[in-house]
Amino acid sequence: MRYPRLMTVLCSLGLLLMPVVGSGDVGGPQIQHWTTDRGLKVYFVRAEALPMVDLELTFDAGSARDGDSPGLAALTSRMLTQGAAGLDAAALARGFEDLGARYSTDSGRDTASVSLRSLNAPSTLSRAVEGLARLTGRPDFPEDALERERRRMLVSLRNQQRDPSSIAQRAFWEALYPDHPYGSPPGGTEESLQAITRDDLQGFHQRYYNIANATLTLVGDISRPEAEQIATHLASALRSGEPAEPVPPAPEPGEAREIRIEFPSSQTHVLVGHIGYPRGADEHFALYVGNHILGGSGLVSRLAHEFREERGLSYSVSSRFSPMRAAGPFRISTQVRSDRTGEALETLQAMIADFRAEGPSDSELEDAVRNITGSFPLSLDSNSKIAGLVSTVGFHGLPLDYLDTFPRQIEGVTRDEIVQALRQRVHPERFVTVVVGPDAEDED
Amino acid sequence: MRRLTALIAVLGLLLPATQLHAEPKTREFTLDNGMRLVVRVDNRAPVAVSQLWFPVGSIHEPPGTTGVSHVLEHMMFKGTEQRPTGDFSRIISREGGRLNAFTGREFTAYFEQLRADRLEVAFELEADRLANIRFDEDEFRREMEVVFEERRLRVDDNPMGVASERFNALAWASSPARQPIIGWQEDLEQLTLDDVRDWFEQWYGVNNALLVVVGDVDPEAVRDLAETHFGPLESRPVPELKQRPEIHPIGERRSTIRVPQARPFVMMGYQTPSLATVEDPLDAHALNLLSSILSGGASSRLQDRLVRGQEIAATAAAGYSSISSLDTQFLLQGRPASDEDLDALEQALRAEVQAVIDHGVTREELERARVQARADYVYRLDSLFYQAMEIGLLESAGIGWEAIDEFEEALEQVTPERIQQVAERYLRDERLTVLHLLPAEDNGAPRLPMSGAGGDVAPHSHD
Repeated sequence: MRYPRLMTVLCSLGLLLMPVVGSGDVGGPQIQHWTTDRGLKVYFVRAEALPMVDLELTFDAGSARDGDSPGLAALTSRMLTQGAAGLDAAALARGFEDLGARYSTDSGRDTASVSLRSLNAPSTLSRAVEGLARLTGRPDFPEDALERERRRMLVSLRNQQRDPSSIAQRAFWEALYPDHPYGSPPGGTEESLQAITRDDLQGFHQRYYNIANATLTLVGDISRPEAEQIATHLASALRSGEPAEPVPPAPEPGEAREIRIEFPSSQTHVLVGHIGYPRGADEHFALYVGNHILGGSGLVSRLAHEFREERGLSYSVSSRFSPMRAAGPFRISTQVRSDRTGEALETLQAMIADFRAEGPSDSELEDAVRNITGSFPLSLDSNSKIAGLVSTVGFHGLPLDYLDTFPRQIEGVTRDEIVQALRQRVHPERFVTVVVGPDAEDED
Repeated sequence: MRRLTALIAVLGLLLPATQLHAEPKTREFTLDNGMRLVVRVDNRAPVAVSQLWFPVGSIHEPPGTTGVSHVLEHMMFKGTEQRPTGDFSRIISREGGRLNAFTGREFTAYFEQLRADRLEVAFELEADRLANIRFDEDEFRREMEVVFEERRLRVDDNPMGVASERFNALAWASSPARQPIIGWQEDLEQLTLDDVRDWFEQWYGVNNALLVVVGDVDPEAVRDLAETHFGPLESRPVPELKQRPEIHPIGERRSTIRVPQARPFVMMGYQTPSLATVEDPLDAHALNLLSSILSGGASSRLQDRLVRGQEIAATAAAGYSSISSLDTQFLLQGRPASDEDLDALEQALRAEVQAVIDHGVTREELERARVQARADYVYRLDSLFYQAMEIGLLESAGIGWEAIDEFEEALEQVTPERIQQVAERYLRDERLTVLHLLPAEDNGAPRLPMSGAGGDVAPHSHD
């Protein structure tokens, strides 16, 4: 080596790596919460670092509300930008983009949202907010735009039908939730998309895009009175109404199933898991830490170590719980060379069984807690990250100090709690296994 | 402060003084051994990002060894004399940090994100692997399996990955930009640990490195920390490579590729200069604004005319990246609204180019593009990581990080006439490459492609 030996530097290593990460001194953002006169729930964080504002209106209007029309929530969400208050899509777009403002709509299983990022100068911001109020509160759902957006959703659906990862995702959700709204594909089906009418969109909008069904997240460099003014303005643009009925509880994990879908790829996509737990469950923190150790911590997780470093099986492998309004899934996902699929599945089963039986070691637990609490400030180092977390707090009605107390909650998790929670919530004998790849036959 | 003030003045907006915040302060240092350090203070959160950049990527790789920069990036996580494989990740993780790396056409970068008061841990580890990296044959064999899986995931099983790899190989005749970042499958199969070690020895001299730190730090203290950890490393000669400029384009290049499970898609690109190769930087800025007028938002021309309007495209986009050391491509691409419309979509995209050449753009369109660019200058500061990337990208391309401050002024000098001129000069048929992607299933026996990747600065993450 042409490098000098770094003995002196290396000798000091022990000192350098002394544990100093204490999390107690890092709080979450200060969330101000109020409800406007008309009943809109507002979550505001003043962030003064940059002269800009992020705003998100979140509705309980995801695909869980699709009923018999898979894709209805998504199509409604897309159509908001396609015409409102007599303005067409181009005019609406110019209204934002002439100001340098960015706007978008989005929808998932639980939520549908309308988002804005704008500079904070009052005249700019008020016009951008006005644009957002217009498309959220007074969409026209023009027929010609509906036909176009329907076709575009079909194009996107056909793309997904050729994509092994999307195929696996869809099969997995359908298998986990056969009789629950979460089993309905958010992107719809050919038949359902063809059948959706303008009346359906208007009905969906009327039912779910209302004040009682919304939360507003505001993060940025504006004063409290300015935030109140924006909230009041948006609330005045929304109709009053009823909150969505509660999503039905998800059932306990059912029987084990293996679903094999033939696909001409060189890798096999694997999804393994079952129904997990809902947002707000007591064992959330124990399972968060437990899963972090198992497959939630990137390169250092047990799964990554075994699959990647030890076996060279996969480029990426991870596990996660998704707490949702109702119990969301626990899933492990990976892609492996097709001729090693058997090895991958066996390894997974053995690792989960072992983790469930033995739990993490003390040092694994300590390392995980240090990572989660120590990296907490990284989760709050930008307005967009803060807005995402605050919007979750708002939508799920979590305690306002949820982010403040998060590190303490994590530090309080014990090994026994993790083992107990894993045994309660992870059942390898009931796993749904989805395998998408070549030479796979459905043995279901 | 100066820039934000200028920005807001230009926008014609009035802000109370209390709402203005100091523009990020950036300092540059050079250590005695030649290592460079750029530190930007951003103290909105008690965190920092450290990125160690080496000016080497796929464009520097000799034929037959494509992918070696990316494989080296993977091997850099395999431990040192004192620290076994995986220790790096575990140490940073215990410190509450995150780490990873990415490889591009002209750079490889290693990063850590962590609390600002733990920055030294990152420096310690980075310096250790520069001095004491261990290249182990057994580790190498297993890591190559991981790289092959990564290639399957990104390229071989991904029709869009195949398309972009093939597009680059078609668009560039003599420029190394034709080489995929992840490497050709055939090259990867013959790569040896010696190739990787040689690549490290050639390129990873400390004097060849750029350390970028952005966060809640004191620049002088960061400099001292860097001196402590990187200062003892000795510099070594930097490889001198022959230039491999692209030959002058004299005719359109076309290909139709058929890939299993693909859906119809068209990619078009005009060979254009980058900020590093252009005669007058204003041309590059004009091309940037043109790409925004064509596809920067829902009011842009391609959205307004092809997605809406003619309804011929399900998706359509233009793109131009001026930050590159080599010539680059002004890209136009899209997915047809119906499968039969691929040719018609290509014609429609070409017609949009011709419309700019024939009739230019309106003042209103240009102003909208400018307003958006100015706002994006503010929005981009929301990410510490991106700020550090921007510095690294500009440096790797040989443009220099200070250039970003000139961009804004330059924007103001671009006129509609200038945009029409650059369109006429660069968006010409003889500079054009067209690739149609179609499903193999429609044309006889399906065939698995063996290779394909690349794309523009598509960072290949170690994670």
